[in-house]
Amino acid sequence: MLPLKDKDRPIAVALLGAGCCPRCILRFCCVSLQSAYRQPHEDILFELQRFIHEKVADESHGATEEVPADSPPCKKVRLEAEQGGEVHEGGEDISVVEGKSKICVVCLGVLQDFCDKDFAKKVAEAVTSEKYEFDSLVLSVSLPAQLSVREHSAWLLIKTEVRQKGLCLGKDDVIQVKEAFKWILQSLLSQQLGVPVVSKSPLEVSVGFTHPETDGDCHFLAAACSGCFKPAKNKLSVFTRMAVAKALERISEESFRRKFTCPPWLPATKCTVQEVQCLHAPVFVAGRYNKFSRTLPQTPWVIDGERRMESSVEELITSPLIASFQAEGFNFSSSGREDVDVRTLGNGRPFAVELLNPRRARFSPAEVRKIQEAINKSSDKIRVRDLQIVTRDAVGHMKEGEEEKTKSYSALIWTHKAIEEQDLEFINDIKDLGIAQKTPLRVLHRRPLAVRQRVIHTMATRFRDDHHFYLQLRTQAGTYIKEFVHGDFGRTKPSLGDLMKTETDILELDVEVGMCWLFYSICLLPLYISSSKWPTLVPLYLAISHFLFALYVSPSHFLFALYVSPSHFLFALYVSPSHFLFALYVSPSHFLFALYVSPSHFLFALYVSPSHFLFPV
Amino acid sequence: MDETEVRRTPSVIDRYFTRWYKTDLKGKPCEDHCILQHSNRICVITLAESHPLLQNGKAIESINYQISAGCSRLQNKVSGKSKRGGQFLTELAPLCRIKNSDGEEYTVYSCVRGRLLEVNEDILTRPNLLLEKPSAEGYIAVLLPKFEESKSITDTLLTRAEYEDILLKRSAVKVDQ
Repeated sequence: MLPLKDKDRPIAVALLGAGCCPRCILRFCCVSLQSAYRQPHEDILFELQRFIHEKVADESHGATEEVPADSPPCKKVRLEAEQGGEVHEGGEDISVVEGKSKICVVCLGVLQDFCDKDFAKKVAEAVTSEKYEFDSLVLSVSLPAQLSVREHSAWLLIKTEVRQKGLCLGKDDVIQVKEAFKWILQSLLSQQLGVPVVSKSPLEVSVGFTHPETDGDCHFLAAACSGCFKPAKNKLSVFTRMAVAKALERISEESFRRKFTCPPWLPATKCTVQEVQCLHAPVFVAGRYNKFSRTLPQTPWVIDGERRMESSVEELITSPLIASFQAEGFNFSSSGREDVDVRTLGNGRPFAVELLNPRRARFSPAEVRKIQEAINKSSDKIRVRDLQIVTRDAVGHMKEGEEEKTKSYSALIWTHKAIEEQDLEFINDIKDLGIAQKTPLRVLHRRPLAVRQRVIHTMATRFRDDHHFYLQLRTQAGTYIKEFVHGDFGRTKPSLGDLMKTETDILELDVEVGMCWLFYSICLLPLYISSSKWPTLVPLYLAISHFLFALYVSPSHFLFALYVSPSHFLFALYVSPSHFLFALYVSPSHFLFALYVSPSHFLFALYVSPSHFLFPV
Repeated sequence: MDETEVRRTPSVIDRYFTRWYKTDLKGKPCEDHCILQHSNRICVITLAESHPLLQNGKAIESINYQISAGCSRLQNKVSGKSKRGGQFLTELAPLCRIKNSDGEEYTVYSCVRGRLLEVNEDILTRPNLLLEKPSAEGYIAVLLPKFEESKSITDTLLTRAEYEDILLKRSAVKVDQ
């Protein structure tokens, strides 16, 4: 039994006469019971007709009705003509004979021929052939824009019918074709594949329909409502679903009816379904890499189609990843980069890889470690550590750090004049040297010409021989070290050569990526409370750049240290269940203490020396 | 000079640049230029060691980037990655005019077709740079040739070997005289 009411009858009759399929009729009757649509359409048609004839039957029994006296017989005649069958009085024995199965003028066959098990099977086969690993999927459906035009036309048709009855029908109450279609296909597809079809899932299965025969249906809107249609960037089509919907909202009923028939005209063909597209959400893998080679570029070095240098950091890291995740492509990004001839030492440079359309997305930590080993075994030019699967935000955080950090370098310097050890001493005393660097000539072809103010924080020297020494530097991010050493035609001032009053050149450079920038996503370590008197340092990961350390000092005291930035730590000493002593480390010799005494009172004390506290009231 | 270490490794210029030469600019004897072409196609225009300004230890009196009433190379302003706004120069476009203490004036030319990126303003305040380090800090200008022309611009220029040949020929002529 269909949940139809008497008021729906004229709608059903009008639409059936206009050439709508049973499911579209249910939609316009605002039937929101999903199971009604899932029945085979012959059954729905049967029920519909029974519903219509009930009325007719009631009429014949002389029941009172709101319907005008002359309409039932006309409709009855129309129905007979449509079906080519006989309708018996009394409501029994209604033989359902459909002449030729005509294409629905509103949904163009979408709710007729694509709602059965066979179609679901075809879609399921397309999905399984792609060999994704998945436990749910989201179904996305795209319908041709002209369906909205036809829907609008049908709605205008029944609006008149309904108005005559004194009822009203809002366009928003009508169930959308897409919605009804999904109700049916989602459950069928779920049965075929054995996984739930949900609204949000990493795997998206897209089913698209086109109907070239009726593509022209939208064209009249361009003239009637030119404001809605912007010239198409790609010549594909200016009649997008959004633009058509907007135009339909604006156009008046008369203008519409002048240009488009109500009800819509009957096409000869049904919709064609396009190839089913599957897309898996990308997986992000991050870690740190060391580069030990002086002949390895970060990205493939190809000029005029010819490869200039063998391999690259990017390829060495991503090849095993692509293989394991069976991805179609990747985006490699890192927090800064180094030249071909520069080694990356220390903890390694953070990087992230976005793997596109992976067939496999879930790996256990052990499996990820295996992939890391595979990368490290594949070449001695790089080494990867802390490889892990992360979220998309991790990539943003990693890039954020690029500008703020200080960088440490180690270089081998050649001097033109002969030097002695004491000649280098003054360099060790230089602190926070400001330099002005014009864009180096070696990158000027692809960077804007500008002057960059940078700071060399500290330097340390180690004498090697009368023309060579090792130089360690800690500088602001974005400093061109090579140009600082050789001066770049005098375009970096002051250069090391200026300071040493001789020509200097850089023979080797290594970058050491800093300790203070931590990129982890370690699992929560269990807080081990024991009777042992040894302090246990427990790092608790809170966010990409924040760590909460808990130093266990005694059974009832914990010293918490919240790492907020490279030079600030916020300590909190838990003294009793309702009191915390906070200490903000501001510089090597000053602590700002705040004793939390109650929800609205803090006692601040600035520790200035071992025996003096300054208390502001 | 006694303190100099004979270079065991190539210098910055040796590593990144190719030296090209243009001799007797505009027919004037020995007015030779050296063009340092970077592997990324950027060209640095400098005076060749045989240029008269670098001979005989004469001081530089003045350097003038105002080459005509309406054009000063100092007004050259580029912006953005594609270096918009830079003056486009042809081979014989003048870059600057230099006068030495003897009153002799020489014009330095572009030698290559390309967009002018910058001229060396340091030599205005320290003209000695030109004499002491003509091929480094004493450079004249930096040009960016068009991508399509980056290979062909050197067609009319001499290699280092060809330049040295010419120098030899000149000294031979001198000896003869």
